[in-house]
Amino acid sequence: MLPVAVLVYDALSGALGANPIQRATLQTGLLTLALLVLSLACTPLRLLTGWTWPARIRKTLGLLGFGYAALHFLIYLFDHGFDLTLMTEDVLKRPFVTAGFTALLLLVPLALTSTPRAVKRLGFQRWTRLHQLAYVAVSLGALHYYWGVKKDHTPPLIYAAVIAALFLIRFLKRRPARSARAGSRAAKS
Amino acid sequence: MTDPRTPEDQTPTPQATETPIAETQTSDSQRRILTPGSDLNPRREFLRSAAMFTGTVAALGGGLEVLTRRPGLSSAEAQAADPFSRADRPLGPYDTKEKVTPYQQATTYNNFYEFGTDKSDPARLAGSLKPRPWTVRIDGEVRKPQTIDIDTLQSWFPLEDRIYRMRCVEGWSMVMPWLGFPLAALIRRLEPTSKAKYVQFTALLDTKQFPGQKQQVLKWPYVEGLRLDEALNPLSFMAVGLHGRTLPGQNGAPLRLVVPWKYGFKNIKSIVRITLTDKQPLTTWMQAAPQEYGFYANVNPAVSHPRWSQATERRIGELGRRKTLPFNGYADEVAALYKGMDLRKNF
Repeated sequence: MLPVAVLVYDALSGALGANPIQRATLQTGLLTLALLVLSLACTPLRLLTGWTWPARIRKTLGLLGFGYAALHFLIYLFDHGFDLTLMTEDVLKRPFVTAGFTALLLLVPLALTSTPRAVKRLGFQRWTRLHQLAYVAVSLGALHYYWGVKKDHTPPLIYAAVIAALFLIRFLKRRPARSARAGSRAAKS
Repeated sequence: MTDPRTPEDQTPTPQATETPIAETQTSDSQRRILTPGSDLNPRREFLRSAAMFTGTVAALGGGLEVLTRRPGLSSAEAQAADPFSRADRPLGPYDTKEKVTPYQQATTYNNFYEFGTDKSDPARLAGSLKPRPWTVRIDGEVRKPQTIDIDTLQSWFPLEDRIYRMRCVEGWSMVMPWLGFPLAALIRRLEPTSKAKYVQFTALLDTKQFPGQKQQVLKWPYVEGLRLDEALNPLSFMAVGLHGRTLPGQNGAPLRLVVPWKYGFKNIKSIVRITLTDKQPLTTWMQAAPQEYGFYANVNPAVSHPRWSQATERRIGELGRRKTLPFNGYADEVAALYKGMDLRKNF
């Protein structure tokens, strides 16, 4: 929540600069992507190090990411005078907006099923499969960022590289771990 | 902040706060935290993840701050009181009566990729630009090619004010009180030959003065151009000042082009060369993304940028958006230049 406080403080003190809405949009968008990437980094981090704490903050990071995505979208709506026709046109006509909007939609069911009760109701396997949508959402988020930038594509490419690296770690670590999981778990404790 | 080390770096923090609680349990506040529950372990876990979480978020916020520098920062010059007062002078024939964008905002929110891609980069780094001494080379299809000192060039013409709207292709706009002289006056003085059809402008190429040019974000030097009749239109302007004072570095010192009916990127800054040619110049943004930025770049609410609509714009200093006007509100003066042209193709 700290970044939101900083954002509000900056907005009130004028530190958001000459175009505060544009800056707030950019900031919340970056925060969304950063938080989603961090939440996706939890599992690879656990796989690599054996630590358990990343897994415990994973859900909070993901939910915060969703929160900032929603805020990002709200600022966008505010920016366009809550004109839903304009928004629909933007979503349908501009791949840049389509990608971002789809990512947000994909995050909604994930946020709704973030409670332990939802895990029970869905069953762990189905819940896990559903939450793999996060991979799609974060990739779309990075694409949205890439398409949104006018010229200097370095930052979005860094995000894309980190996301790709996290997928790779998952892929490499999951496969062999599947058979050896029981043994390794015993060894660790 | 996506640095994989970040979570590791956070590890010492929770341990440091946690250890004294578990070992000493002396301070009042600590006792208050610990007494209500009997089971210490989940509480410790909670504190630990809470601290971890706070640390992560703080690191994230900090990282973001570094990543996207505060635009509130500005040069001392920009902080100075604004001496420009519209009451001092009568409005000229092309002046808009709309509220002028304050000096502080006009000089701290700039696109000037020669300094960097962030809008706060130009104001932060403009100190490296040395606008004096400065020469401008004038060549091509002219009878009087020459290399001329900026002060001499400036002295050729009586300086005048022009309060123009400026519309950026990104969807924001300002009202700028420029100081300078009509481009037409300069071109006529150069005596173009009959072959001259276009005017090509080239900006300074110097990585010492323009640190952003070390990165090939765009192909340097920045090049822009106009058709000769566009350049001769009375609206086309060469600015050497802003808000009644010398043009600041971030706004394109010492000499820049202002064509108010076109998107801002046409207004090339820090010009060192003006060439009259018989060929349409290959401009920098056309080279970078020809499907997005055309040669004409006339402000046109009916032609969307591929990634965003151009129908509305935000006037800097306002929260809402306003409708974008065809030719940025200068249709009466310039629409005739494009008679018979399909401006969807010639965007």
